[in-house]
Amino acid sequence: MNKQKALFAGVVVLVVAMVAALLVALVLLSIGASPLETYKTILTGPLSDLFGVTEVMVRAVPLMLVGLGIAISFRSGILNIGAEGQIQMGVIAATAVALALPGQPKAVLLPLALLAGALGGAIWGGIAGWLRARLQVNEILSTVMLNYIAAQIYTFLLRGPMLDPNELETGSGTPQSMRLPDAAFLDYLVPGTRLHTGLILALVAAVLVWVLLWKTTLGYRMRAAGAGAKAARYAGIPVERYLIIAMLLAGGFAGLAGAVEVTGVHHRAIEGISSGYGFAGIVVALFGGLHPGGIVPSAVFFGILLIGADMTQRTTAVPANMVLVLQGVIILSIVSAQSFLRNPYAQERLLRWLARFLPGASSEQKGGQP
Amino acid sequence: MTAVPEPISDLQLEGITKRCPGVLACDGISLQVRRGEVLALVGENGAGKTTLMNIIMGLYRPDSGSIRVNGEEVHFRAPGDAYARGIGMVHQHFMLVPNMTVAENLALGLKNLHHFLRLDLKGAAQKIREVSERYELPVNPDAYIWQLSVGEQQRVELVKTLCLGARLLILDEPTSALTPQETDDLIERLQRMASELAIIFISHKLNEVKALSDRVSILRHGAVVFNGQTANHEPAELAALMTGHEVTLPRNEGSGLQGEPLLTVKKLCVRGDRGNLALDGLDLELREGEVLGLAGVSGNGQRELADALAGLRPVESGEIRFNGRDLANRSPREIIDAGMGYVPEDRQTEGIVPSFSIKDNLILKDFAAKQFSRWSFLARKAIDRNAEVLKEQFDIRCPGTSTAAGSLSGGNIQKVILAREISRGPKALVAVYPTRGIDMGAQEFIHSQLLERRREGIGIVLISEELEEVMNLSDRIAVIYKGRILKVLPAVEATRERLGILMAGLVDPDPPPAADAPSIPAAGAAHE
Amino acid sequence: MNMGVGIYNVLCLAVPFSVAILVAALGENFNQRAGVFNLGCDGIMCMGAFLGFMLPYSVKTGALAPYGNLLGLACAMAVGAAFGLLFALVTVTFRASQGIAGIGLQMLGWGLSGTLFRHFVGGVTGVEGIASMPIPGLSKIPFLGGVLFSHNPLAYVAFLLVPASWFLLYKTPWGLKVRAVGTHPRAADTMGIRVDRTRYQALMLGGAMAGLAGAYLSLCQAKMFSDDLVAGRGFIAVALVYFGRWSPLGILGGALLFSIAQSFQLSMQVWGIKFPYEFAVMLPYVLVIVVLALARKARQLGPTDLGKPYNREMRF
Repeated sequence: MNKQKALFAGVVVLVVAMVAALLVALVLLSIGASPLETYKTILTGPLSDLFGVTEVMVRAVPLMLVGLGIAISFRSGILNIGAEGQIQMGVIAATAVALALPGQPKAVLLPLALLAGALGGAIWGGIAGWLRARLQVNEILSTVMLNYIAAQIYTFLLRGPMLDPNELETGSGTPQSMRLPDAAFLDYLVPGTRLHTGLILALVAAVLVWVLLWKTTLGYRMRAAGAGAKAARYAGIPVERYLIIAMLLAGGFAGLAGAVEVTGVHHRAIEGISSGYGFAGIVVALFGGLHPGGIVPSAVFFGILLIGADMTQRTTAVPANMVLVLQGVIILSIVSAQSFLRNPYAQERLLRWLARFLPGASSEQKGGQP
Repeated sequence: MTAVPEPISDLQLEGITKRCPGVLACDGISLQVRRGEVLALVGENGAGKTTLMNIIMGLYRPDSGSIRVNGEEVHFRAPGDAYARGIGMVHQHFMLVPNMTVAENLALGLKNLHHFLRLDLKGAAQKIREVSERYELPVNPDAYIWQLSVGEQQRVELVKTLCLGARLLILDEPTSALTPQETDDLIERLQRMASELAIIFISHKLNEVKALSDRVSILRHGAVVFNGQTANHEPAELAALMTGHEVTLPRNEGSGLQGEPLLTVKKLCVRGDRGNLALDGLDLELREGEVLGLAGVSGNGQRELADALAGLRPVESGEIRFNGRDLANRSPREIIDAGMGYVPEDRQTEGIVPSFSIKDNLILKDFAAKQFSRWSFLARKAIDRNAEVLKEQFDIRCPGTSTAAGSLSGGNIQKVILAREISRGPKALVAVYPTRGIDMGAQEFIHSQLLERRREGIGIVLISEELEEVMNLSDRIAVIYKGRILKVLPAVEATRERLGILMAGLVDPDPPPAADAPSIPAAGAAHE
Repeated sequence: MNMGVGIYNVLCLAVPFSVAILVAALGENFNQRAGVFNLGCDGIMCMGAFLGFMLPYSVKTGALAPYGNLLGLACAMAVGAAFGLLFALVTVTFRASQGIAGIGLQMLGWGLSGTLFRHFVGGVTGVEGIASMPIPGLSKIPFLGGVLFSHNPLAYVAFLLVPASWFLLYKTPWGLKVRAVGTHPRAADTMGIRVDRTRYQALMLGGAMAGLAGAYLSLCQAKMFSDDLVAGRGFIAVALVYFGRWSPLGILGGALLFSIAQSFQLSMQVWGIKFPYEFAVMLPYVLVIVVLALARKARQLGPTDLGKPYNREMRF
């Protein structure tokens, strides 16, 4: 029974992927690009050499972290769209801490910076959680608004208080912070590439999230609050409290992603550092079935897509915004398929419709269709 | 309506079959009903009555079988098609849009009032007045639905259906929310109307069936098992046919040792969802080892009382003294820990987390207790063992305890909830509509469980709209009306009539009247 | 600075600012009244803005040039309706979760408009757009003339849409159906109302209005297109519907409140009041959150089945 269900779900995911690919192919055709060529570049281009593979992983790390946080929040019944802003807050907090404590040894400074990043994101996420729990503010709208607010705070700080003094002197005026001290850098995993130890951190985080959600009483409470808020309330679980906790955790993971980006890749806060990871993370989490075991491969897959899309921009002149289109289509297809999976009536209709094409396969063939 | 080809005089169903996921809801059903006749359709919950009626109305499509009106085969694709042939239905849950007026509700269905960019509400009101005069069903077309009492909404439903041109009326459990007097009144009206209409009357209350119908058909597991003239059969005989076996619901035999007061509610005031005082100085006392039945027309504060007892609704004033502690405005957790058990009204969303497995649902209140967790990690083995034990003990029929609880039948979900609540060893149990919509077998099991707990000394508050259930199980019966307890009587002194009068908010004829009980005429008097 | 002149300037500026969010919010109100919460409004506005710009841009030199603007508006509304249709397919027919689907639609609209813009246009280019049209006579009235009667033609249309959508909702058969399917779809179904069809219609109308709102931004306000032209106005529009408690008049009030805040912020910079630019820009977004926090009690008045897919076969 369960195997059959899993198989069915697998088929649906495949269908979703194909529908999404077809729809995007239409868009590609309309701008005069060859869909097959583009897909080939996107999917195989990034994996053609070691450097490409490591770059994919570099993208997968923040996607994984953000996706894990979003899975926690979605599972707890709160739709966090605000990862983008939470990442930026994480970047700011991590950068500020790293710059404020220049003389510290690595063993102190790096963990502190990462922690600060997580804390920054957690606070930003917690605001939305608190607004929802205490004032019933729709969390989708509030997190979207908080994204815009965070973006403004971020630019304000980079152009003002946190601006690298060198930029003012040499005059190019690029809004960016000072370079972090070396002690705040994540180590490189593969020499000569940008792949850093953040990958290990993300994988460990995935295991921890799995343990949290399915093995601990805290996770039980959070999932109960998400899957049946009313029943949870009757059972004495203060649902509102767990909404806030879920948003703190989700924000924390996004903030950590930001801290990892700044300590592992860019080594200073720059404009556009979140580069859409916050939104892509939603797709990663949904595509991964809101389960750490699915989110890890799904993050790698979207890492490939992001790098591949950059490549198509260079080789086949398909704008990189195409990835957003793809993400949008994938979200729409996934949520459609999910509700189909939850609706036994629709499934039965489909099965019966299919059975009409397989004569003798079904025992319920009866005449007299109206 | 004008487009009716000829008034419906005969409806014939033949071999209607409908498969729903997991069950054969209708299995080759054939029925006939003619003008001037009342056909009672009787069956347990889940026997397929409502599904069959929804097929007639064009809400569902049958897998096979035919429907004939006046001998001509019809295929309804939506309720509009059924109305066009003069078939109308009053659903068990009223199909009225609460924030619209009566006239607007009718105008939804009257397509000839829909002009381009203009809605003829005056026409709708006119039509309502005509019909309500003709059938003596007084209705105010300009009233908002949410302002009306349940009885009045029922009348609106009838008028609406008649205005839409229905000459064959399907009434799905029309008396389930009415007081006994309102029920009698409705049945009398229907008897008068029956001469010029055809009526299909769905019910599981056999005395009403006996009073109203000419013929009776009994459905069991989606198939017709009996057809006959009502006059020739006794209710007990019909009941046996309905369930397929002799069912004797257990009764409270009295006696037992009713001990100390366990739960004392004093001057309780609680606000409802619309900010009104839904409980207005309610007093109640529950003793150890007794079942206290709470009778009343729904909407008189039952829900708010249950919520307040569970800690889910703020208490404005008054106290809830339980085992010596005041629990008013305490958190649900504190109330649970104090030993209060709870069987909530809506089992699908309040009693269980539907997507969680049965075993996870069985520890919904105890996951953090020592036996099920260690250092905040869930003790899976203990949880599995607990589930296996309770599954046996409470006869939960399921493929396995890892099955999602939401996929179980209503009766089995209720058993999961009851198993969880009782295994926690509560001192008191609040059961809200514990058997609503579940089959007799499960009902019997739940009743005997409740009575057994009573013998063990647990105090039970039973909130129910089924008077029979309340009278069967209770030691004492409290009647709630407009947020107050109007009267508490020993179960042995309660009769259906006496409770009915009290439920309508009227003075009890027997003892001296309560201080400010209003004296208004019987039918449909309750106002918001 | 003269206080009166200051207020006059703020108000004159506020009216054009309010148009896009007002039109989009009135459209979203139809969606929500029918029980569907369309967060993709922002993405639809992006597409509307893009097509509103693209059409006049591409026929600039051709024979159709005089009709460029009209074509732009028509195409923007058509693409809006098409996106509404897509959203209806996903949320009404497939019954998907509306919140997440809305984010998907937003990404799709945002990404698609950017992709097409980069491919067909590339850099920053302006269009002539639609010029303001002071109403003869009325615009000469002191104070009021400048505030109310010296605007873009679309602004007048937007304000006329307020009574029009009130009339549509409360005085026509279609409005009755929309309100019924958003509050008690099963009741509507048993009365012979096609719930799905009504929701499709409402979503297409709402989408077309969002498309129009987007075209206003590119054709009348900015007279150009860029990726971040819409800048979350679609989300603000959704918030306005809550704030306005699903009433066209309330939505108008909310839209004016926002645009006054926005034009006040711009005026402050003109007046030379020292205030970090970024904080001024974030003001409307902060305001949305505050407004949502204050509007939390509105729920019972509105469409009570908002956000719930309707399934005829599912029991209670």
